[in-house]
Amino acid sequence: MAVPKKTKKLLNKTSPTSASSFKTKTTSFFAVEKGLNEDIIREISAQKSEPKWMLEFRLKSYQIFLKKPMPLWGADLSGIDFDNIHYYVRPQDKVKRNWEDVPTEIKDTFEKLGIPEAERKFLAGSGAQFESEMVYHSLAENLTKQGVIFESTDDALKHHPELFKKYFGTIIPPADNKFAALNSAAWSGGSFIYIPKGVHIELPLQAYFRINSENMGQFERTLIIADEGSSVHYVEGCTAPTYSSDSLHSAVVEIIVKKGARVQYTTIQNWSSNVYNLVTKRAAAYANAQMYWLDCNLGSKVTMKYPSIILCEPGARGEIQSLAFAGHGQHQDAGGKVVHLASNTSSTIISKSISKKGGRSTYRGLVKVVPGAKNVKTRVICDALMLDKDSSSDTYPVMDIREQDVSIAHEATVAKIGEEELFYLMSRGLSEEQAATLIVNGFASPIVKQLPMEYAVELNRLLTLEMTGSVG
Amino acid sequence: MTNKTSLQIKNLRVAIGNTKILNGVSLQVNSGEIHIIMGQNGSGKSTLLSVLMGHPKYEVTDGSVTINKKNLLKMSVPERAQAGIFLGFQHPQTVSGVTFGNFLRLARNSVATAHNPKFVPIGPAPFAVLMRTEMAKLKLDSTFISRFVNEGFSGGEKKKAEILQMALLEPAVAFLDEIDSGLDIDALKIVATELVEIQKKQGMALVIVSHNPKILDFINPDKIHIMSKGKIVAQGGKEIVVQIEQGGYDALIKG
Repeated sequence: MAVPKKTKKLLNKTSPTSASSFKTKTTSFFAVEKGLNEDIIREISAQKSEPKWMLEFRLKSYQIFLKKPMPLWGADLSGIDFDNIHYYVRPQDKVKRNWEDVPTEIKDTFEKLGIPEAERKFLAGSGAQFESEMVYHSLAENLTKQGVIFESTDDALKHHPELFKKYFGTIIPPADNKFAALNSAAWSGGSFIYIPKGVHIELPLQAYFRINSENMGQFERTLIIADEGSSVHYVEGCTAPTYSSDSLHSAVVEIIVKKGARVQYTTIQNWSSNVYNLVTKRAAAYANAQMYWLDCNLGSKVTMKYPSIILCEPGARGEIQSLAFAGHGQHQDAGGKVVHLASNTSSTIISKSISKKGGRSTYRGLVKVVPGAKNVKTRVICDALMLDKDSSSDTYPVMDIREQDVSIAHEATVAKIGEEELFYLMSRGLSEEQAATLIVNGFASPIVKQLPMEYAVELNRLLTLEMTGSVG
Repeated sequence: MTNKTSLQIKNLRVAIGNTKILNGVSLQVNSGEIHIIMGQNGSGKSTLLSVLMGHPKYEVTDGSVTINKKNLLKMSVPERAQAGIFLGFQHPQTVSGVTFGNFLRLARNSVATAHNPKFVPIGPAPFAVLMRTEMAKLKLDSTFISRFVNEGFSGGEKKKAEILQMALLEPAVAFLDEIDSGLDIDALKIVATELVEIQKKQGMALVIVSHNPKILDFINPDKIHIMSKGKIVAQGGKEIVVQIEQGGYDALIKG
């Protein structure tokens, strides 16, 4: 493949260190200049050898992105400099099926993060995205035989054009919001999953997203279609090393849960504190289908993310559970949305947030019931825990109920970590930090225990890391 | 803890803001002894215990407290626990989401490591065995290990849970605040019997705060102290309780 003259090679001169804060020195296969314009979009599309309709979709989305104002609500996004971002960095030529084929320095990154080991131990399939592209994707052979598709979204566009076109952009159109438009214009990577009728995938599928270089924009696009009576649990993890200037992660995730199917989508994100994380996630659930978002947000500079569920047909059920940890200089603006379009639908939103050292957590939620949707049940619980007087928490629970025959429950608590509680634990010999960590882990445990064991251990470890040095 | 421990309180004065709560308390307790502090509500009994444990809301304005000649008042709360002080709370806190087993194991490892830096932290499975043995003696069922700290515990279970912690942390000096309140006679008997047994086995100094003479049916103290208005106003043996039962605290304080 000829390298166009507008490209340049990226070199990170930093050396690897411990934990997820390490940076890997890599040589990119291909990268575009900073900033976004029609030429760059054409170049990304050409690099991917896309069909014409996708290029047109991208260009149309770019125009929408330019016209849409920045959101006037939510977190402070004034620090984003759209011209100082690399919109496309390709680390290697194409997606590999074997870890051995992934370039050494990228493979090392994922090995440090424990990804290949996790795949061997407890996954039905796994994918890994480095910068803009999936570098690795694999699926257990028996699932391939049953017709399950688990590929990078770019590959799926090539391999399954009809299935792709039928669903892509139908749940989250480019005009949904400015960042959905940006993703639609610049999207690259992400997972495409199709589960045929009646197929149940017992073990989770996992994808890991890694931003490695500075001023990176990662715009992965995930599309999951669970056909009638099927089920899947998809887990995504995210990390990035810390740089002095900001990166942008703006994903779009669309999920179609057909009649009687079940999808669980679990996120454990641990972005570094220089990442703007602005993600649009939405699922449509049909008759008697179940959609379950489990969203754990640690790290990032700003997160704005409200996983949504449209309950389209009778008997559909939706659940959103989220956990947010806002440390110093961080704003976690998270929550969930459920729209009840049909009768006999039910939903639960449980949100827990922890703020420390001036961190700010916001719960922003919407429950909507349209006229004629009868016998709807919904329950919203949001709990906030603040570790000190500098931290803050706000709650915006919107209920838009246009029907009488509805059962609604809403509970909210805001608590500051208690002196008496700390004293009690410390009187048994625990340090203040140990005591506070125990209280935080206990507060988070109703969410954590929903996770498969391996992820629960990882999340507890991350929470403990967040609490290190948080006292005194 | 087998070493001899001596805790000395001299002329301890304590206030919250401008309110004086303790007005010169002096007391010495040694390993192997059982003391009971009695007095009416508001006499300063619970404050004395909280201050010894290091509760941040109290200000010590005068006096000294030493444990084996080391200044207890300069120690942080966990340092006091590591030095061998234990406080059984009258109203133990609930900690949601934290299992009793996990909490107590962390506490035990923390205290044991402070005494011996080479101590290898005990894992969940062997600790559960230790816990079950003590729980059986207190007639607590084994689900207790995985229940959240004091959450949904009955009054009796809370008291027993405090004794369980004392048994496993093996303190040198244990203070128990109203350990008998809210217990029916059967539970009181179990708790008191177990308390005496642990005290004998571990050889600790035990200081029990109560305002109910009933506890003396089960525990035979070396000394009884009567507190009033932030001071110890009388000391003696069981005869002192006879005076209280006949004339109430007032008679004793005036006398």
